[in-house]
This record gives sequence, structure tokens and C-alpha cells, in this order.
Amino acid sequence: MPLIQLRDICKTYQLGEVQVHALRNASLNIDRGEYVALMGPSGSGKTTLMNMLGCLDRPTSGSYLLDGEEVVDMSSDQRARLRNRKIGFVFQNFNLLSRTNALENVELPLLYSGHLRAGRRRERVRLLLRKVGLESRMDHHPSQLSGGQQQRVAIARALANQPPILLADEPTGNLDSHTSREVMELFGQLNREDGITIILVTHDQAVARNALRSVVLHDGQVVCDSTDFGRATAALYQTEGANP
Amino acid sequence: MHPTLTLRVALRAIGKNKMRAGLTVLGIVIGVAAVIVLVSVSQSAGLMIHQQFQSLGTNVLFVIPGSQQGGGIHLPTGSIVTLVATDADAMTAECPAVLATSPMVSARAQLVAGNQNWSPDQIYGVNEKYLTIGNWRIKKGDYFTANDVHAAAKVCVIGKTVVDNLLGGMDCVGATIRIKNIPFQVIGILEPKGANLFGQDQDNIVLAPYTTIKKRVSGSTFNNIDAVFVSARATDRMQEADDQVTQLLRQRHHIRHSTLDDFTVHNSSEVANVLNIITTVMTLLLGSVASVSLVVGGVGIMNIMLVSVTERTREIGIRLAVGARSRDILRQFLVEAVVLSTLGGAIGVAFGVLVAIGATCAANALLSGARWPLTISLNAIVVSLVFAGSVGMFFGYYPARKASKLDPIESLRYE
Repeated sequence: MPLIQLRDICKTYQLGEVQVHALRNASLNIDRGEYVALMGPSGSGKTTLMNMLGCLDRPTSGSYLLDGEEVVDMSSDQRARLRNRKIGFVFQNFNLLSRTNALENVELPLLYSGHLRAGRRRERVRLLLRKVGLESRMDHHPSQLSGGQQQRVAIARALANQPPILLADEPTGNLDSHTSREVMELFGQLNREDGITIILVTHDQAVARNALRSVVLHDGQVVCDSTDFGRATAALYQTEGANP
Repeated sequence: MHPTLTLRVALRAIGKNKMRAGLTVLGIVIGVAAVIVLVSVSQSAGLMIHQQFQSLGTNVLFVIPGSQQGGGIHLPTGSIVTLVATDADAMTAECPAVLATSPMVSARAQLVAGNQNWSPDQIYGVNEKYLTIGNWRIKKGDYFTANDVHAAAKVCVIGKTVVDNLLGGMDCVGATIRIKNIPFQVIGILEPKGANLFGQDQDNIVLAPYTTIKKRVSGSTFNNIDAVFVSARATDRMQEADDQVTQLLRQRHHIRHSTLDDFTVHNSSEVANVLNIITTVMTLLLGSVASVSLVVGGVGIMNIMLVSVTERTREIGIRLAVGARSRDILRQFLVEAVVLSTLGGAIGVAFGVLVAIGATCAANALLSGARWPLTISLNAIVVSLVFAGSVGMFFGYYPARKASKLDPIESLRYE
């Protein structure tokens, strides 16, 4: 059974008089341990799909089974628990709490899961920061860290509760090419060594190339789903040709 | 999230912006301080009135012979001679609520010492307990003893006005004065008491054993007395003492059920009660006026919390994304508001207590002879702290609820 199973997901927004169909019968299966890049031109529904996968949003219709559980009928508290335990978010603009240091940022998901005592919590945070190579920067605030370091703190935070899924939304969008490469290496390592399922939303083909499977969206539908990156880029060019 | 963690997060959020937190709680600080100061001042005023009242005597009941009904004719108060000194002794012996009693016989006479004369307002014949009952002290010399009373000794103590006018303010313990030509030795001088509530000079007085006054000055052959001073054991037992004295006297005077008392008990606790009610009303009035400013302070907190929620929209989004439930967010902001207001309350209490102490010292320094007592009401402190906390809870709820209802996606996108 796949880790993520999306069936005929539709999402419709009401913008005044106009109905906007952000997702139209999108279906997608992702297995445990996969490394997937979500691509598509802007307005193709990438972000909506990402929010859906991250249990931040609910579809208008369709079914979303996460680890065998139906997310669509869950209450907001139940979805909060899923976000806490099963999903780690990495954002383009890092989204760290600016007034707290690296340690406290990484600790945040652990505070809401509440199953660890203070001592064990600190231990876990230290381990995570060591993993991303920032153990020495534990008491630095985000403003005292470079972009790449901030993103690594965010990745450590995403991994705090050992979730099976890491959702990254343009994780290298605010980074230079060198630090981008570092972050992507970290993703690759997490996927290979820890078996974490990574779902990556990106514009950047150099970044998407790192993924083992590419999904191209267009107008709220999956137009290409392939392990062959060449086919995916071709499909992407096609959509861009159709939608200049 | 664990409550202590929530508290720590709230404290940290407050600590990050100390200046703003300080200004936010200013309203609460002023409100609580105002409550503390006003309640303290009005209670001090009440206490001062009470002390004035106490200077008339400690929990004193005043028993005088009453009207008598005889054959349909009502005689005026004091016209009968049924109240005797042994009644006073019996009250002390048989009424549990009574601490001490003193018979009282009054006389009016001219005093003569050397070539001076003087007419005091009061010449009271009393017993050795009178000073205790009247809450009075001897400034110099001694007071007469039970033996003096028993022997009807020709001794007296005199008030300051008498010393000044009759003896020219001299040190006069041991001097002899004449009352109706009978020589009395002055064995003590009373501590000055000043005017009473009705403006009467309380120091224009001579006290002597009631036996001496009755037998030698009034020359009476009856053994009736003019009044009995009764001191109850405590202020709240005055009514009890009143009832016991009434019952005892009816029994001793063989008064039948249907007949009126042949005496009257004046109970000063009635006046004290009225005074208490007045000061309580005053305290409540001032306290509630001051608490209005507490509510205004609460509005200030709500205002700043609303700003804070908007400012921290992205933080809320991040917290929601990593797994905070909406009730975690609600609790975080609510705790923050309550901590703010309680903190403000605590500062306000400290500030209010300081102001109350300062005001008391200033009043005592500026008004000569004022002995304004310092009362800090523990009740006022507790009530205003709890009230401040509840104000924070009440006015913090709306912003906190607003924060908890934020949409995670929109909050994360918020700039």
C-alpha cells in the first residue's frame, strides 16, 4: 500500500463570482522512500497540491489516504497531529521563528508532540543539528545565520519528530547555487540513508534533476509522471509552450 | 503543549518586548495601585474614626435608671432609685460577656484650692475599674484602689483642665483641694484626652471613689447610684453583654414580664455599627471607582494583544505547520494576556502599598497631632490581583481566539 494515495482530488476556490479550479481530478501515488519532484508552470496547482499533501488544506472532493488514514474527513486537530508526526515542512523562506535560537526552533515540533521530557528533547535537538552540521551554532538566532545555515536549521526542525515525509517547497529558491547544492546533497542523503520520502516542489530543473521521479502538473492535472527526467522536462516545455 | 512550557513561551514573548509590555500593563498597574491606595485610605479613615470612638471607652455600655410606670403615670428617666452599686458588682460576677463595671455617681460642686476656685464639668464618683473601662491612663501619680473605694477615702484624681485652672498648672500630686469644703488629696493626674466627638472638654473632670462622693459630697443616705459603666469583653460581644445585663437587672429588680424595665442600657455599639457601615460603604465606593480604571487597563491589553496577533501571524502559521492545534495557539495568547495583567497587578500592588505608606507618612508629618493609622488591606490586594488576572483573561480571550482561528496557509504567506 502506498504511503500517499491521492484519488481524484479537486480543489475549487471561489474568487468573487469566478470559480478557480486549482486541482482537477489529480491522482497520485507515492511510496515510502521515494524522492519526487513536483514541477509545473506557475498557476499549475503545485502549491495547492503541496498544501493538500501537507494536511494544511482539505480538497473540495476526492480522497487522500496518508499511511492508510483518510485525511479528508479529519478534524483540524487530527490534521495538526498528522503534520506534527508524519510531515516535515521545508519552506522557500525558511520560516524560522526569528526571535528564538536554532535549538529552540528545532525543538518546536517536539513541544507540540509533548512525548519527550526536557532532557531527552535537548538530546534529540543536538543530534538533529549535528546531522545538518550546525551543532556549533545551536544558540545562534536566525539573523546570525547564513541562508544555507537557516535552511539546514529548518530541515533539522522538519525532522524533529522523525516523520516519514519531508515536504519541501522551493527549498533552494532563496539560496545561491553553492548552498543549493549543499542542501540538495542533504536531501539526497536523507532519502538514501534514512529512507525519508521527499517531495520537492520546484521551478529549477537543476534542483528537480536530483529527484528520482518527476511529476509535472498543468492546469490542476498531472500531465506527466515519470522516472525519466528527460520525458518530464519535455512535458514541462510542452505545457509552457501551450501557456506562454 | 505542557502548561509550564506554555507559560515559559508566554514569558519569553513578553520578555522579548519589555518596553511594550511595560506600557501595556501600565493601565493595570495604575488601576490596581488606585484600588490599593483608595481602599487603604478609606479603611484608615474608618479606623481613625473608630479609634476616636474607642477613646470614649472600650466597648462601653451605659446603664442608667429608667422610667417607671406606676398607676398609669410615667416618670422621667433617672427619677427612681432602684439602681444600686451591688447591681454593678453582680454584673461583673454573673454576666460572662462583661469584663468590668463601675458604678457612677455624679455631683456638681465648686472646687477650692488656696485662693483659687473652679467648677469642673464633671465630678464623677466611680470605682477602681473606671480607668480600664474608660480607656484612660494616669499621667502622673496613682489612681485610687479598691481599698480607697471601700473606705470612702478622701482622695481624687483630676484632669488637665482642672490642674491648669485651679492649681495654675503646677505639679500638684499630693496637693489638697476642697470639694464642698471637704478636703481631698490629689493622688494622680489624668492623661489629657481632649474634646470628645461632641466637642465637650473631657479633661475638665474630677474622679473620686463613688462611696466618698455619695456619702460625703452629696450627703445622701440612699445607696442608689446614677449610672453603671459596663465594659464588654469584645466589640462584637456588646449586644450579648447588653442582653445579659438587661436580664440580670430585670431579675434583680423583680420586674414582671409585662412591665417595662426600670433602667435603660445605652449601647454605643449601635453608633459604632453605623460608623462601620459608613466606612464600608465608603471603601466599596472608592474601590469600585478605582476598579473602573482596571477595566480600562484591560482594554489596553486587548488592544496590544490584537496588534501582537497581527504582528505574529507568520509565527502562528509556523507553529500551526509544525503541529500546533488551534487550542495550543489560543492557550498561548491567553496565557500571555493573563501573565501580562497579573504582572501588572503585582507591580500595581507594590506601587500602591508604597504610595499608601508615603501618603500616611505625609499626612502624619504635615498635619500636626494627626495619628493617621496605616492599613494595607490584604483583601484588597488579593481581590485586585484576582480581578487583574480575570481582566486579562476576559480581554485576552478575543485576540487569542482570533489567533487560533487563523488559517495556516495564509498565515505562512503573511508578510
